[in-house]
Amino acid sequence: MQERLNSILSSCEGKKEELIPILQQVQNEFGYLPKQAMLEIAQFIGVPESYVYGVATFYTQFRFTPIGKKHVMVCRGTACYVRGAPRIQEAIENHLGIKENQTTEDMEYSLETVACIGACGLSPCIMINKKVEANITPRKIKKLLPKKEPGINEF
Amino acid sequence: MSFDDTRRQARQQWHKLQNNQQPVILIGTATCGRSAGALDVLEVFRKELPPRNIDAHIVEVGCIGLCSAEPLVCIKKSGQPGICYGNVNPARAGELIENYLVKNDGRAEYALGVLGEENVDGIGPLLETTFFKHQVRRTLGKCGTIDPTNINHYLAHNGYSGLKNALEFGPENIIEEIKKSGLRGRGGAGFPTWRKWLFCKETPADKKYLVCNADEGDPGAFMNRSLLEGDPHALLEGMLIAGFAIGAQVGYIYCRAEYPLALERLRTAIGQATRCGLLGNNILNSGFDFHIKIKEGAGAFVCGEETALIASIEGGRGMPRPRPPFPACSGLWGQPTIINNVETLACVSLILQNGAPWFAQYGSENSKGTKTFALVGQVKNTGLVEVPLGITLKKMIFDIGGGVLGDKRFKAVQTGGPSGGCIPSELLDTPVDYDSLNEAGTIMGSGGMVVMDENTCMVDFARYFLDFAQKESCGKCVPCRLGTKQLLDILEDITRGKGKPEDIDLLVDLGEAIKTGSLCGLGQTAPNPVLTTIRYFRQEYLSHIQDHKCTGGACKALLTYSIDPDACTGCTACAKVCPSKAISGERKKAHVLEQDKCVKCGLCYQECKFAAVQRT
Repeated sequence: MQERLNSILSSCEGKKEELIPILQQVQNEFGYLPKQAMLEIAQFIGVPESYVYGVATFYTQFRFTPIGKKHVMVCRGTACYVRGAPRIQEAIENHLGIKENQTTEDMEYSLETVACIGACGLSPCIMINKKVEANITPRKIKKLLPKKEPGINEF
Repeated sequence: MSFDDTRRQARQQWHKLQNNQQPVILIGTATCGRSAGALDVLEVFRKELPPRNIDAHIVEVGCIGLCSAEPLVCIKKSGQPGICYGNVNPARAGELIENYLVKNDGRAEYALGVLGEENVDGIGPLLETTFFKHQVRRTLGKCGTIDPTNINHYLAHNGYSGLKNALEFGPENIIEEIKKSGLRGRGGAGFPTWRKWLFCKETPADKKYLVCNADEGDPGAFMNRSLLEGDPHALLEGMLIAGFAIGAQVGYIYCRAEYPLALERLRTAIGQATRCGLLGNNILNSGFDFHIKIKEGAGAFVCGEETALIASIEGGRGMPRPRPPFPACSGLWGQPTIINNVETLACVSLILQNGAPWFAQYGSENSKGTKTFALVGQVKNTGLVEVPLGITLKKMIFDIGGGVLGDKRFKAVQTGGPSGGCIPSELLDTPVDYDSLNEAGTIMGSGGMVVMDENTCMVDFARYFLDFAQKESCGKCVPCRLGTKQLLDILEDITRGKGKPEDIDLLVDLGEAIKTGSLCGLGQTAPNPVLTTIRYFRQEYLSHIQDHKCTGGACKALLTYSIDPDACTGCTACAKVCPSKAISGERKKAHVLEQDKCVKCGLCYQECKFAAVQRT
């Protein structure tokens, strides 16, 4: 981890305005913001750790625990809402057995919501690892989010 | 190479593309197109043409705005106008190759229209169809027809000639031209653009900054995304002109991280403009230096507020501060800063290219020009539209939008996102301009327009927006932090059947207090969805509170599902979808729903084809 973190930090100058871009790069690299990285970023920028946590917790983009292989984001934008997004979210929660901001035990799926994906003309929509899936119905969920069958790969 | 030479080359390249012997295939691969499967369609054209010895130019373009017919493909054969096709899936793409490109059958049944004025194979002009007929596409004029990753396509369409004019005019004349055009900010409040610029220009400082707010935070809106993906140079040119007018040398684009394709297109465009000498030092030998940096927003709606956005660029929590001082005098790092919306800056490019009188041809007295809107929700033709300001809501929803989905009854239209309000059917003749919408209790905002049908519960809808505002409140000032939470709590009580008769007055009083007392635009407008729904749909609030009924069918606690044994055919569809196994019964016999197991998800109600599942 140290090496990957150093390579991000070495491309920056340590200015305060670089804090958010650094946090974004670290999250891109690790999938979340590890505690150790937060401490080192604070030292690098020259601010208290509380400041770095203060900034990171303010923005919805940042998370502090690892995410699953498939990052599912349900759009809670207005257009999606009036076309049934709450039912979609419920169906996904039932299907995966997790709630918003949780990850399945097998680390396959993480579920989050997002203010708006910006594909409102094709609502309701969800995003799976940066790919937008449009005109979602509760029926499409099982196909889009296949679950590992227990037992199949256990030999 | 001089600007004229660069432009000449670009025009030659465009002319060649339009007039060569090979067919040209335009495929809309913006985010909306991709989510509908445009990349699979692209793959079909790439794979299937070479074996048939068809040498075609395949161009990935932005979006022409008709989201409901995505993926969109336009095929132009030599010597003929292009034909635009909608809902093109891979199978249909194969048919078009076989029938139109190999043979000569235009497959009129798949066509949306012809690009041009004539009829081809019985297919009429695209711009004469109801969706396009009432639109005036200027800001979006090039989206969907040019390659956004090729600066030459932009240059060939008069691109960067606005910058050239601006450099000749000088800052005073540019601001005068913007003043004459009547351009008002397209991001929300509608402040006259020239006045903001003049404040900034007249403030003496060593350094000044221009910031483009591309953090399109309104849920239900995607105008800026579409423009950035389809015509990114329009923004860069506007930023250059604005930067030159106010005396800035550095510009920031603050764009949402949720728009990866828009960010990619912007980075490509910045690289190209720099290589062409249109960005960087000594632009077009004028001595003007300008550099553009991209900042990715990290997901905070409050960053749409100017001072919060500045705090975020500086590397802090995106929290607003009291104004004055206004950013035009003291903004980014204490220096004079102008913050403009993406569409405002794209309009600036057009004004400097075509002149203020051209821009002001359309619009009403105090709202000049055209405006883009994301027409979405329960409407037939969802999409991105551009209309002259002053057009009525009715025309937008029923002519351009084609009316309510499934021919249901229209209930309300919401403009301005979480800061706006809902307009009922009695006010459908309201002209869409800044002042008329304000009078109706809402705002123009950045251009979200969400249509709702009779099955939408207005109390639940207000609750939805307050839930959003309360989550997005930064927490700095008390009226917004605690006030939005109280509004939300009261609304939740009402939607759960626990409302009290005095709640309506309390909501109004509290809402007015939050509007007056909040520090920034978020709090000052957050109660609007509640206040307008009470103003126009008070009866719905009353029926929730007094009769414990939700006519819109959204408030779960007030709904009961049951199965009519006479209508039930025993098809088992409801039992199969029920997540809580509340429905049982033998095949071909009437089913029964156990109330204590029912989670009121409504899936059975949707699934039943015989209207046997009833919701009361």
